[in-house]
Amino acid sequence: MAEFFNMGGYAAYVWPSFGITLLVLCANVWFAKNQLKRVTRETAKRSAMTRAKKQSRTK
Amino acid sequence: MFKWLHRFGSAPFVYRLSGALAPWVGSACAVLLGVGLYLGLLVAPADYEQGESYRIIYVHVPAAILSMFVYMVMAISSAVFLIWRMKLADAVAQAAAPIGASFTFLALVTGSLWGKPMWGTWWIWDGRLTSELLLLFLYLGYIALRAAIEQPQSAARAAAVLAIVGVVNIPIIHYSVEWWSTLHQPATITKLKPSIHESMAVPLRFMIFGFLFLFGYVLLIRLRTGILQREARASWVAQLPEISRLTQSMEFQRAQLKTAQTETKHG
Repeated sequence: MAEFFNMGGYAAYVWPSFGITLLVLCANVWFAKNQLKRVTRETAKRSAMTRAKKQSRTK
Repeated sequence: MFKWLHRFGSAPFVYRLSGALAPWVGSACAVLLGVGLYLGLLVAPADYEQGESYRIIYVHVPAAILSMFVYMVMAISSAVFLIWRMKLADAVAQAAAPIGASFTFLALVTGSLWGKPMWGTWWIWDGRLTSELLLLFLYLGYIALRAAIEQPQSAARAAAVLAIVGVVNIPIIHYSVEWWSTLHQPATITKLKPSIHESMAVPLRFMIFGFLFLFGYVLLIRLRTGILQREARASWVAQLPEISRLTQSMEFQRAQLKTAQTETKHG
């Protein structure tokens, strides 16, 4: 096990490479999902507002 | 046939299709990366020259290949947008840019982490590294240009032109290791007879396809966001279940607030 983590003495180069890759890949998914959620909410808000405006006009 | 193709120009169709595809592409990506990491880190043997340090190949090469592939997707979409004025193609290019930038960043950082123990330096200004750095600046320039121009139509057109002009950099990156002297090793897998043993090549293939599916997954999510932003006023958007549900709950909250206010006034 310790041998595996030691990576033949190259641990200081191998693990940061895999670590930053995982981080960037996860960040890609997280930011994209978050943005979609935010834009969906904003779009719904806008459509609620236009509906409210239309209703007040017909009243 | 053309009718069938035509549907890919329809925003509601593409929005729904990408929503339906995304979970499948995402799951496939998780499986590919999981198997690739397992094989690459635990099963594949060490390299006879580079020892265990060569394992960086499993993140470096997929990131580097995808950094160029994503750029081609962005440039071709931009060309389709300029030639046929297809708004969805612009949405694809816009969605691809940040993903490509992040892959380019990864290729540079993992390359640096591989260069230090093997070449003795984090960085050299040779053809390969310099042209890959230029690729990062092209992506960042594309994103900055879109943000800088206020009118969305002109922003899209200017960015598309930049993306297409930047394509000249792609063959430069690929052939740089043959044209100029460098510390970087020549191509290993993107040639007719790959010079890599199967036990090392199989995990690499898993990782490359894993990265490709991650690109697809994130692209689908970003594309849906882009379509919503472009079509915010369209009636089909207001009728989407995920939108109308939110709209109704917002209206309900507002109505409750109103009755609460009138009650406190009268009470």
